[in-house]
Amino acid sequence: MVQLLSTEQMAEFANSGCLFFDGLIDNETNKEFLNDIGHTDIENVDNMQKYFQNIKASSSIPRIPAGTPLKNAYPHKSPLEKIFQNEVVAGAINSLVGSEAVVDHQFLHLTFPTKYFKKTNQRQMSQVNHQDSTIDPRITFDIQLFYFPTDVSKEMGGTRYHPGTHLRIVNEMGIAKYQNIKGQKKIVCKAGTIGIFHNGLWHGAGVNFSDEIRYMFKVRLQPTEKQELLWDPEKKYKPLPNKALYWTDENQEKTVNDILMKSYPWQEADTNRLDKINTIKFWRMLTGNKNLDIDYWLTRIENELY
Amino acid sequence: MTKRQKVLVLYLKFPSLEAEVISWATFDGTGQKLHMTGDSDEPPYPTGLDALLDGWRLFQSSQAIPEYPGEEFRTSYLKHEFFFEKIEEGDF
Repeated sequence: MVQLLSTEQMAEFANSGCLFFDGLIDNETNKEFLNDIGHTDIENVDNMQKYFQNIKASSSIPRIPAGTPLKNAYPHKSPLEKIFQNEVVAGAINSLVGSEAVVDHQFLHLTFPTKYFKKTNQRQMSQVNHQDSTIDPRITFDIQLFYFPTDVSKEMGGTRYHPGTHLRIVNEMGIAKYQNIKGQKKIVCKAGTIGIFHNGLWHGAGVNFSDEIRYMFKVRLQPTEKQELLWDPEKKYKPLPNKALYWTDENQEKTVNDILMKSYPWQEADTNRLDKINTIKFWRMLTGNKNLDIDYWLTRIENELY
Repeated sequence: MTKRQKVLVLYLKFPSLEAEVISWATFDGTGQKLHMTGDSDEPPYPTGLDALLDGWRLFQSSQAIPEYPGEEFRTSYLKHEFFFEKIEEGDF
């Protein structure tokens, strides 16, 4: 039985563009995944490319033609099949991109420690901020699922990401000039953590200053059905009524609308308001309610009498 | 003695130098420090004005471009961009 996301989790995703499930996958499956890719003691790895090529040659991670249904993508009883069959992972996927999602692509990202760059006289640099994979003005969205099979410490340079950037339409590395963005996050997590990003979320890999190799397995999934109330098949969600704005009571109870309207420190004073408008439009799509509004942002500008 | 340029790019909360810094990038032409993406979580200055007060010279800022008709609600790149420089002399 899959565990669908709650309305609060969906609102969190709609607002921030990401969700995390810390240490979700059990240690046995994490070990199985690492054994399968041939993970070994760092002392036995002398060449970055050779190590990577060995993983590609010997692991059970299949070559998946783009557009393959997720349910047929991974070998029976393989660690990756177990991960995708986890009731929380399957529930989150079904809630966001439906039960008939297809694989766009997958990749095992390896980030090597400093000593390998010194040995080959290469400059060790972090990955610049970018948005995958090209300009994407769709309302439909894909998700990118990240799996971390080992603990990721701060020194290991876990994926950097910028919550709330997912609805900004940019052209891939066109955001590379923003070296640092206020409120940026870096993934530090336990083994078995799953992260799910909206395809538009700005992100990049950090530098690995530890002595261990960092692994991150990523799969991009695309829906084949409308992403409307997939998390709420009984259609229990009802928009909240308007509330007083600005001149308000101090102690108002927090609602799902407060999750949706959360601001971030990197947002400009003017464009922050457009980010809110776009989040409401996104929530209209997710809930299938074309007239829904929050804090009067859309009603105000849709009240065109001429 | 030679001269080298250091460049500081600040993105501000609104289009005035008194505004808070929301994003930043530094490129050091002297080679003394290699800056890279994600290398600092705190901005070098609280506002653009603070950078001026510390001797950075402003040489470019973004223009105010009206939103394209029909695309008024599309959000994209950070808007309020300011480029500063410092010229350093030394044996680099």
